Amino acid sequence: MAGWPNPSTVLGKAATRVDGPAKVTGQAKYAYDVQPAGWLYGMILRSKWPAAKVTKIDLTKAQSMPGVKAAILAGGDQRTVRYYGQELAAVAATTKQQCLDAIRAIEVTAEPLPFVVKEDDAIKPDSPRVFDKTPNLSDPKLEENGKVDAAMAQAAAVCEAELRTQIQLHHPLETHGNTISVQGDHVTAWASTQGVFSVRDGLAGNLGVPQSNVQVICDYMGGGFGAKFGPGAHGGIAAQLSKAAGAPVKLMLNRLEQGLAVGNRPSSIQKLKFAADKDGKLLAADIENYGSPGVGGGGQTAGGGGGSNIAMPYIYGFPNSRTKQFGVALNTGAASAFRAPGHPPASFSTESMMDELAVKLGIDPVEFRLKNDGNEIRRREFQEGAKRFGWAEKYKKPGSSPGPIKTGVGCAGGGWGGGGGGTKAEVQINPDGTVEVRCGTQDLGTGSRTVVAIVAAEAFGLHPNDIKVKIGDTNLPPSGGSGGSSTTASISPAIWDTCQKALAALQQQTGVTDARGANWEGACRKLGINPLTANGEWQKGLSSSGAGGVNFAEVEVDTETGFVRLKKIVAVHDCGLIVNPLATTSQVNGGVVSGIGYALYEERVMDRQTGLLLNINFDSYKIPNIADMPDIEVVLIDLPERGVIGIGEPAVIPVAGAIANAVANAIGVRVHSLPITPAKVLAALGKVPNVSRV
Amino acid sequence: MSSKPSSSQPVVNRRTFLKGIGTSAVAVASVQVGAMAEEINKAAGPGPQGPGAVPITLSINGEKMNFQLEPRVTLLDALRNHAPLTGTKEVCDRATCGACSVLIDGKLTYSCMKLAIEAQGHEITTIEGLAKNGELSPVQQAFVECDALMCGFCTPGLVMAATSLLASNPKPTVADIKRGCSGNLCRCGTYPHVIKAVLKASGAAVPETSVMIQ
Repeated sequence: MAGWPNPSTVLGKAATRVDGPAKVTGQAKYAYDVQPAGWLYGMILRSKWPAAKVTKIDLTKAQSMPGVKAAILAGGDQRTVRYYGQELAAVAATTKQQCLDAIRAIEVTAEPLPFVVKEDDAIKPDSPRVFDKTPNLSDPKLEENGKVDAAMAQAAAVCEAELRTQIQLHHPLETHGNTISVQGDHVTAWASTQGVFSVRDGLAGNLGVPQSNVQVICDYMGGGFGAKFGPGAHGGIAAQLSKAAGAPVKLMLNRLEQGLAVGNRPSSIQKLKFAADKDGKLLAADIENYGSPGVGGGGQTAGGGGGSNIAMPYIYGFPNSRTKQFGVALNTGAASAFRAPGHPPASFSTESMMDELAVKLGIDPVEFRLKNDGNEIRRREFQEGAKRFGWAEKYKKPGSSPGPIKTGVGCAGGGWGGGGGGTKAEVQINPDGTVEVRCGTQDLGTGSRTVVAIVAAEAFGLHPNDIKVKIGDTNLPPSGGSGGSSTTASISPAIWDTCQKALAALQQQTGVTDARGANWEGACRKLGINPLTANGEWQKGLSSSGAGGVNFAEVEVDTETGFVRLKKIVAVHDCGLIVNPLATTSQVNGGVVSGIGYALYEERVMDRQTGLLLNINFDSYKIPNIADMPDIEVVLIDLPERGVIGIGEPAVIPVAGAIANAVANAIGVRVHSLPITPAKVLAALGKVPNVSRV
Repeated sequence: MSSKPSSSQPVVNRRTFLKGIGTSAVAVASVQVGAMAEEINKAAGPGPQGPGAVPITLSINGEKMNFQLEPRVTLLDALRNHAPLTGTKEVCDRATCGACSVLIDGKLTYSCMKLAIEAQGHEITTIEGLAKNGELSPVQQAFVECDALMCGFCTPGLVMAATSLLASNPKPTVADIKRGCSGNLCRCGTYPHVIKAVLKASGAAVPETSVMIQ
């Protein structure tokens, strides 16, 4: 089949979102907003113990409370719970206040058990076990290439360090949740999800009804960063509550629950040794990683194994490498995918080591990367970024900036696979010229709905706003979940194929040689009374995978307060054919902002003594604020010949590494763990004791 | 545990309530709250209301609306689940994110921190009240044009904050915008485009910060 048109008229041109007006007026309906007739609130009672043997859950009082229509167990009433926040029971009632009262009236009898919530504690042989039969520390996953020890022995420069990354919480503004109506063996669910079909299949399994009886709708959703797949435990509970109450139930988590029980980015403790020769060629990397997926990963049998491994060795060519990865089980909520799983911690640590080596060898850090990066596009990005950032003028010896407020610069790179597939679509062309495109994908805020409109508009010679787009519904032609930067590369080819087939059919039926653009309405009128429909699917040759990106960061560090102020970020990215430069810029901005949080502010803090989450809401779990924004310059390298590739994950990967390197460059010493808080900066400068691990 | 633990809780402003708890232990706090609530009730005037539903009249987007609500129902809850005007978003429910921002007598207010019963007698403007006759307000229009929204969940709150800012400061600098919108969190990372949108809505020149090269 033909490739993308060149030149294009709509594709690759900045387009405002087709659903922008609905979002700025409050008309867009999210799962949180849907209110089917007779709907009830659902609410979950969760374990207040990090580990306990539950012996009894008494729902009697709750069941007779005013307004309560259902009270159910979430799992058995006699079982072991392994983290603060694990689901125990749930209620449905007419108002939120009645739910709160009923939740308080549920009586749980339990014996608290020993627990562990810190990685350093859990690794110790005498630590309480998260799972009775297996140690907290998993067996290592080992990968070895070449001869690491021999290469280290010949190196001109060797750097060794322990670098740590924290557990980061997703905190989409719309919490996880669903509004679910179970009527007999038919189910309608409005889900805040990254995959409507994954929710459908999960609910069908949970309720034991045919998948074809379950309709899942996600017209709008308030943010998804990797953890919103499937109905979740809370989705199953909402379905059971609806079934028991005989009414629709809305069960949206609150901010505390969001932080406890629906996923997080695993931590890492990385013990690294990197070596290079005198010419600045990398020789070897010796890598040990201890990461925690909480109670996730291997579950009952494998301790903490899996689920927390990171993408090491990262992006640069190491002729010799040894990677040992361990999982550490904790009595905390399970990890899940989070925007570019495994990559930001790998980029942060690798890029930190790269700068240390560059300094040791006396080579410019950008030069050092160009010598060792085998990816031609990313080498171009390093060069382009350095030029626009003014690297040659700005880079100075670490710690050489004068005065108490020190300026520093740093850079880092990342790479991601992505790629598309598995999507079908349908288009209906009406005799009055209106067009409806249908596809069971979903828009997480990335602009997928607008991508559908752009591709269809390109095919028909129309404006994106002329296209009515129906997405986010399992009754539409199937598409996969939106994760791994795969959505744009999945839907664009499918919509193009479908529209090409529709256009060919329209021209054939009406005898109009070219029905596009100015001829559109005339051609459609010739259809007579019946609309034309066509179906198509994802085709090869219109998309590909493999996207890179680099960040350059400039910071000011106040050596008296330890405060890091970001001055500038230059983000250079490629993602093949850029369908909508405006929304792509938003995606890159979003990645940078998320990366800023990871670098400087965000960390889930568990209390060692009680096993509880300490930073419950945004007053103490700090996500970036508009006031924290540096100047962000986005440089998009358009490579239409590569076809469509996603940008969601690549945008976040290099941010923390670049910022960490800029801080180290400013103050002349390195902060070895994220987030880089004022306390850690002062500790690195020797001005206060290091308390970050208490 | 009493069968209706919170039904005996008198009218109390949530912000004062949370402030009152401070860092004290919960056991101490509950004693404190009782004492504090008594104080508030004395000062409140018409005497205790509730705990059951009471008639409440709110003026929302120029329209009087009547409700039967428990006094503990927040304005946010009343707007979203009883009006129902769901454009105002619930995100943190604890005054930390701004997604529930509305204008009360023109003043930017977190509706999660206001009881519905306290909002009586005031003019409430929600996101649904900004567009007139299907025409987007200049702020709304600028948000669309600058792509200052992604998932859109923070957007109503940010639009309200920007509207409020421009009402008091029609020509804000970037620093003014950062300060004026700093009570609103976004998780998708739209901030750079929000700054542009507010500049655009104010009629100022909007700097280009993105470039596409071949």
